[in-house]
Amino acid sequence: MKKRRTVIRTVILLVLGGAVAYTLYANLTKDNIQKVEIGKMAPDFVLVDREGEQQRLSDYRGEGVFLNFWATWCKPCEREFPYMETQYQRYKDQGVHVLAVNVSESDVAVDKFIERHNLTFPVVIDKDGQVQTAYGINPLPITFLVNPDGEVIKSHTGELTEDKIQEYMELIKP
Amino acid sequence: MNEVKCECGHVNPHGTILCESCGRILDDKEKDKQLLDMRYEGSARRSQTYNKTIIDKIWNFFSSVKVGVWLIVLTLGASALGTILPQEMYIPPVMPASEYYEDQYGWVGKLYYELGLHNMYGSWWYLILIASIGVSLVICSLDRVVPLYRALKTQRVSRHEGYLKRQRLFGISDTADADMDLEKIKQKLKAKRYNIREENGNLLAEKGRFSRWGPYVNHVGLIIFLVGGMLRFVPGMYVDQILWVREGETKVIPGTDGQYYLTNNDFILEIYDKETDDEVFDAAIDRVGTVVKNYQTNATLYQKKGNTIPGEKPELEKIKDKEIRVNEPLKIDGFALYQVDYKRDELNKMLFRLENKQTKESYGNITIDLFDPQTEFDLGNGYYVEVMSYFPDFEFDGEGDPTTKSRIPNNPAFVFNMVTPENPDGEVSFVAIQQTIEPLGDNEYKMAFNGVETKDVSALTVRKDLTLWIISLGGAIFMIGVIQGAYWNHRRLWIRKMDGQIWTAGHTNKNWHGLKRELESVFDETGLPAPKDQLSEDKKE
Repeated sequence: MKKRRTVIRTVILLVLGGAVAYTLYANLTKDNIQKVEIGKMAPDFVLVDREGEQQRLSDYRGEGVFLNFWATWCKPCEREFPYMETQYQRYKDQGVHVLAVNVSESDVAVDKFIERHNLTFPVVIDKDGQVQTAYGINPLPITFLVNPDGEVIKSHTGELTEDKIQEYMELIKP
Repeated sequence: MNEVKCECGHVNPHGTILCESCGRILDDKEKDKQLLDMRYEGSARRSQTYNKTIIDKIWNFFSSVKVGVWLIVLTLGASALGTILPQEMYIPPVMPASEYYEDQYGWVGKLYYELGLHNMYGSWWYLILIASIGVSLVICSLDRVVPLYRALKTQRVSRHEGYLKRQRLFGISDTADADMDLEKIKQKLKAKRYNIREENGNLLAEKGRFSRWGPYVNHVGLIIFLVGGMLRFVPGMYVDQILWVREGETKVIPGTDGQYYLTNNDFILEIYDKETDDEVFDAAIDRVGTVVKNYQTNATLYQKKGNTIPGEKPELEKIKDKEIRVNEPLKIDGFALYQVDYKRDELNKMLFRLENKQTKESYGNITIDLFDPQTEFDLGNGYYVEVMSYFPDFEFDGEGDPTTKSRIPNNPAFVFNMVTPENPDGEVSFVAIQQTIEPLGDNEYKMAFNGVETKDVSALTVRKDLTLWIISLGGAIFMIGVIQGAYWNHRRLWIRKMDGQIWTAGHTNKNWHGLKRELESVFDETGLPAPKDQLSEDKKE
């Protein structure tokens, strides 16, 4: 009798607790718009870079991709770009690529920015925001590290130091 | 040990106050009272009796009505707090919430923001409060409805004398011909739709028992309502997003997984006009000034064909044209798009004229698309303008360099290089709204402002709600429970023969006046007096 009571009560409390826990979990994760999961395949995309060449993420299979989302008005983005450039020069022959995705700005703003900072890695503009939606981009800058198998192994929100960039490039070196 | 055996032979659960079968008083404390506490029929509310394991302790906490009431009071208080200042989702997107509240409401706003009240209804503690009310509802109900059901189901016709004489309506009378009187009473009770059970010449008449389940039906409705609310968090069940789309622009509809696109062909805002509209509107127009007649977005809906990967231009298939007005949404696939907001006259293009500062002579016009400016303009005859830099939302940064705050052209500024036959290397001019800077000395030419082109932006709410029918169902059951408990009463009459006397007792869960009047008419002309109200007798003394 007493045992039965404890079992019934435990089951009911577990069911109720489960429902509450699920609601809380679902509520907390609904704002977590970052849709890219670590360890999963990076969402593929195709954009044309400023040189007029198609950049398709999956074409880089077998090599590492340092995928950076940025805007010209974003000061931390501007500060980390020179470091990305120097590290790119160092690692591009070792199979690590940099792909900088601008968030829907005008061609002229982006071109002038590239000119000002002498950037040599490919820069693409996500005009209609599809890639940003696929990656769940909100605060900038944000960097995703895609390994040679095309999987996202790490993401970093916020400014990067030169040491960090180098450390990350080592991570995705084939 | 765990069970109580009554003298009548019925075995009651531990903690029972009145025997479920015969009504004999099992708890000695109750014997001193003149009237019985009839709540839950004196059954054993489990929570009141067992308190051994941690499970029991949690159970008992939520089983307490006192705790339930406190949870409701706390939730009410919190909900009220959340309405003092607008919630985050309703503030205009002019600045981040962290600055907005302090900027608008001073230290109160700052505190409000820091306490997290700006986003209260989605906060974990508010959800826990609501969830606790739900848990409390379930456990409170279970803990009461099960013993109550047992007690009402097992009740015997012949109740113990201690039970009868402690009922609020009670009477003893002598009668010459008990059987005839009883027969008359039975007929009258039947006419009043009582269910009558007899046992050894004793009688129990009962009606409206189902009204006792009203509160529990009501709680079931509430719980279904809460489950509906909970389902909104399940992906795909509920979408409530906003889509800002400029005239001429095509955008993906959020929440549809990139399946649907919408073009804003035109945004229309009409106001009532004294000349053309009916004169019944005149008074209102005089009083208020402008009265809006219509907000409308002429939209075209497209569906994406085939699979594309992000960044690829999707192939769109037109589904339909629709004029979206307030309360006339565009509906597709469970989604509804409502007209909700607008922004008029957003800067879209800026027009300039290359002009000689001295002669005021013009050498050609240029039009700059503020969302994607062309960079080179050849005006012919050796006149040439180049856009060297563009700042859509211009400001000077900390070091005095021009920079942009965002990509929205709120305050566009340009650096032009003007090439003329007189200055083949060009003259550099920085042009912002009502501001021209010539960084390399005096120029001969300038870019004179020549007007703007604007576009309206329309905001549509994208809404999908698959939980609505569950919430309505919960609400309907809630109301059924209220009606069931409010418009019916559970009335009982016991008649027992004791040593040549007739004992009568009556009980109802509410509306004692109604029961007394009903019993008076039942006992009228029978020779037996109706049971008296022991409470009002006390008052008279």
